[in-house]
Amino acid sequence: MIDELSNPDIPVPDELKASVTITTLDKIYNWSRRSSIWPMVFGLACCAIEMICTAASRFDISRFGMEVFRATPRQSDLMIVSGTVTKKMVPQIVRLYNQMPEPRYVIAMGACASGGGPFKEGYNVVAGIDKYVPVDVYVPGCPPTPQALLHGLIKLQEKIDSQSLRDVRWYKSETNEPVPVPVLGPDLMDPRQYQLIKQRALQAAAQAEA
Amino acid sequence: MYGSGILAGLGVTLKHFIDSYVDDLKFLGQRYYNPASLNQRQGTRGKGVFTVQFPEEKLPTPERFRFIPFLLYDEKPDGTHDDRCTSCGICAKVCPPQCIWIKRSNDPVTGRPVPQPAAFYIDIDICMNCGYCAEYCPFDAIKMDHDYELASFDRTSAHIFDKQKLDKPVAYYASLRPTDYAAEELVRAEEEAKKAAKKADAASKAAAPVAV
Amino acid sequence: MSATAPTVAAVPANLAEHFPAGVVADTRKGYEGYVVGAAQLLQVAGAIRDKLGYNYLSSVTGVDYPESNQIEVVYHAFKTSGGPGLNFKVQADRNDPVVPSLVGLYPGAEFQEREIFDMYGVRFDGHPDLRRILMWDGFAGYPLRKDWKEPFFEEDLKPFASRWPGGDVRRSEESDPFGANVQYPPEFDPYEWTPETETAIYKLIQPKAGNGNGGHLKTDKLIVNIGPQHPSTHGVFRMVVVLDGETVVDLKPVMGYLHRNHEKIGERNTFLQNMPYTDRLDYLASMSNNHAYALSVERLMGVKVPERAEYLRVLMVELTRICSHMWAIGFLLNDLGAFQTPALYAIKERELILDFFEATAGSRMMCNYMRFGGVSRDLPAALRDENTMDFLRDLVNNRLSYAIDELDRFLTHSEILRSRCIGVGVLPAEKAIAYSAAGPLLRASGVDYDLRRADPYSIYDRFDFNVCTRPNGDVYDRYLVRIDEMRESVRICQQVVAGMPTGGEILAGKPQYNVRVPAGESYGRVENPKGELGFYVVSTGKTNPWRYHVRAPSFVNLTLLGEVCKGHKIADVVVILGSIDIVLGEVDR
Repeated sequence: MIDELSNPDIPVPDELKASVTITTLDKIYNWSRRSSIWPMVFGLACCAIEMICTAASRFDISRFGMEVFRATPRQSDLMIVSGTVTKKMVPQIVRLYNQMPEPRYVIAMGACASGGGPFKEGYNVVAGIDKYVPVDVYVPGCPPTPQALLHGLIKLQEKIDSQSLRDVRWYKSETNEPVPVPVLGPDLMDPRQYQLIKQRALQAAAQAEA
Repeated sequence: MYGSGILAGLGVTLKHFIDSYVDDLKFLGQRYYNPASLNQRQGTRGKGVFTVQFPEEKLPTPERFRFIPFLLYDEKPDGTHDDRCTSCGICAKVCPPQCIWIKRSNDPVTGRPVPQPAAFYIDIDICMNCGYCAEYCPFDAIKMDHDYELASFDRTSAHIFDKQKLDKPVAYYASLRPTDYAAEELVRAEEEAKKAAKKADAASKAAAPVAV
Repeated sequence: MSATAPTVAAVPANLAEHFPAGVVADTRKGYEGYVVGAAQLLQVAGAIRDKLGYNYLSSVTGVDYPESNQIEVVYHAFKTSGGPGLNFKVQADRNDPVVPSLVGLYPGAEFQEREIFDMYGVRFDGHPDLRRILMWDGFAGYPLRKDWKEPFFEEDLKPFASRWPGGDVRRSEESDPFGANVQYPPEFDPYEWTPETETAIYKLIQPKAGNGNGGHLKTDKLIVNIGPQHPSTHGVFRMVVVLDGETVVDLKPVMGYLHRNHEKIGERNTFLQNMPYTDRLDYLASMSNNHAYALSVERLMGVKVPERAEYLRVLMVELTRICSHMWAIGFLLNDLGAFQTPALYAIKERELILDFFEATAGSRMMCNYMRFGGVSRDLPAALRDENTMDFLRDLVNNRLSYAIDELDRFLTHSEILRSRCIGVGVLPAEKAIAYSAAGPLLRASGVDYDLRRADPYSIYDRFDFNVCTRPNGDVYDRYLVRIDEMRESVRICQQVVAGMPTGGEILAGKPQYNVRVPAGESYGRVENPKGELGFYVVSTGKTNPWRYHVRAPSFVNLTLLGEVCKGHKIADVVVILGSIDIVLGEVDR
């Protein structure tokens, strides 16, 4: 751990090396965050089973400090979207995401969560959760094996390592707007698209008349 | 006695706890990062903790493991690549979620189709890793890869695999699936021999009247 | 018994005689059973249940026939004493389909009729609660009708022409004006639209809310939503519960949060393309799903499965059963509050079985192993550094039985488990049959009904095993039935490993990617770990199925959830749900 954190630019006298480490604030901040990413207990479909296997004894997610699966979004840092996102479910997912405190991360696990997967053509399937919440890491596969998910988690740690206190969004003065929660109408409606929906529906009606 | 059931259950947990140290003694410090120990731990005779220390040690993927498909090419002696794919389209037709796009190339002079794809795409955000493309390809040109470490930060650019990304040498395939490869090569060699024999036969038949 | 033998028997001679006015034999080519007039349905169904003894309504489904402007509702009824079943249909006008509801006779039809209403718009007269079930109230259109097109619609049937030979890659959302998989009716105005989605269900249970505590105290009844995101709903499942203090007064399941349009996609796929999709139904038991689907299509095709393939199938399916029951028990304990430890112990052996699946079929969970007329690959020579047969022998002779015994020792006599489970969620046998419950749920109520014995398929008639039943029908008995069944599965596996022919064909005929299936209908069913899994397939003689319906055991088993939970404490609801053992991939499809 000491090697991981120490800053090679600042020399430490030999006799103090055993007890003193000089590091940057960014490094220790990121190190502590990446070593205790708490995911949310959040399983959608088949991929959730592989996620549970990742957490079980064979692949043992606790080696990364991530075994503390939290059943509430308020205490979690990471949402693993594990499975097919349906239109009926997406309002809840967005709401859960809005309830998570910053810094928060999202992993799209598997083909379905990333881009719709084999069910993409279906009428009740959302072609990728990234249309609604920002995704940090995509893990391909159908389903990704536990090792593939672990690789995705390591990628997420890399991402955390690359962040700096100076420019992370959650310490900026401007407030973070929550993602507007989609609404279930005759079909799924994104509040950001209402104008477009109205316009297209009018066009379609005009076309039908013509 | 009330509580004996719980005690018996706790006995099982205690046994599990003790078992988790048995292998430690057996392998004395060599328990991890040691293929022999890994096989022992993961097999039917493994006892106690059977954790795989990913990423330092990885569970070996079995030969038939399926992940994303890839395309095979033969390497010619002069270093150029010879695609095995003839763009017959069977993989695109059999693909259940229809995630394969193939563009057939045409000969610029005659306009006839050439047995080589101009473009080949697989959208891995749709692919369901079912392995049909590999199973039904008559030319052994598309196979399922073992590389599952594909996590990325961006999908718009990285998740549609084009031909360049899909192309891999036959040697790579042979290293992934030695048994399958050997069996397929045997069949291919037989077919080649049959073809050659037919050709030679036809040639000798064609040559015969000239001699007369 | 070969796969070609029909499950659905020839028409019992007396039914058409009984009802000369309303019942005719279905004479379409490849079809079986009767067509019943809508006006006579209740009378005929009553006679089928009470006089002929078909007391178990397995599947209800709709089929759209736009050419004859009809929607057909198809019923499959069976006898719990075993034997083949009876298939009867009602035809309704497509423009205004109304059919009498059978919920009064067979309460197990409730959710299935709601599903037909949701997907086809068939109204069931006399249904107690006819709302959409998989989609939300307010959704526009009846998706399974043949003329209904989804926004990403490309072509009626696969393979799509755009993929080859001029395959230009394109994401479907790029060509959609909304950049998403959505469409709206013409002249739709989102600003003037008022949401009404959730009112129906609350209205339904609202009158029962009111003064609680038997009127002694002035307390209100409380409505609590459990799910869709909740750790103990085993996925995205929601229950709307009316509570009086901590006691459940009423409970309504809400599902569809994982409805991924399996059947609509399945009707566009070719027959073979559906095989990997079936993996994703009950994703803990993909091999069993493969088996059921293969059986129903093989029945239409009339293929005989080679000997070795049958043995491989049975081996895979029984190992799957062990996996699935292990999982069910582990997570039942999780629901009971024994967080993690029992679950971790229970799914340890599952990993070994998954290793075997991965080495044989290529994937841990989504095996896609079976083909029409056999299986895709033979066993590999070696698994890691061990001979596969040695591994298997070790697994089924030593390891699994030891693990099951250990689990038994660990849990069965635990006083906490017993006090939480005994007498909770009691389901009497008559009710279980009436509600079409299946699998361990039915057998724990003392009904000796296991398809492997009652209506043998594949080569189950050759193996020596017991059908496990328990008399009380509570959560504890369901747990015990699962333990017993795992033992029986191990016994079957041992017999398979000992008796499997070495070598020989594993697939009848040449591997074909585009099979034409003779016209007709077929209902193939197997004893899945969760219960009776059936596939109702209608073929028109082409390469794509006309109708592809899944009779999902988890879905039908949920029909009785509300009934069983009433009167229990809220903490028990979670346990009862865990003991029913649902998988949402199959509930919502």
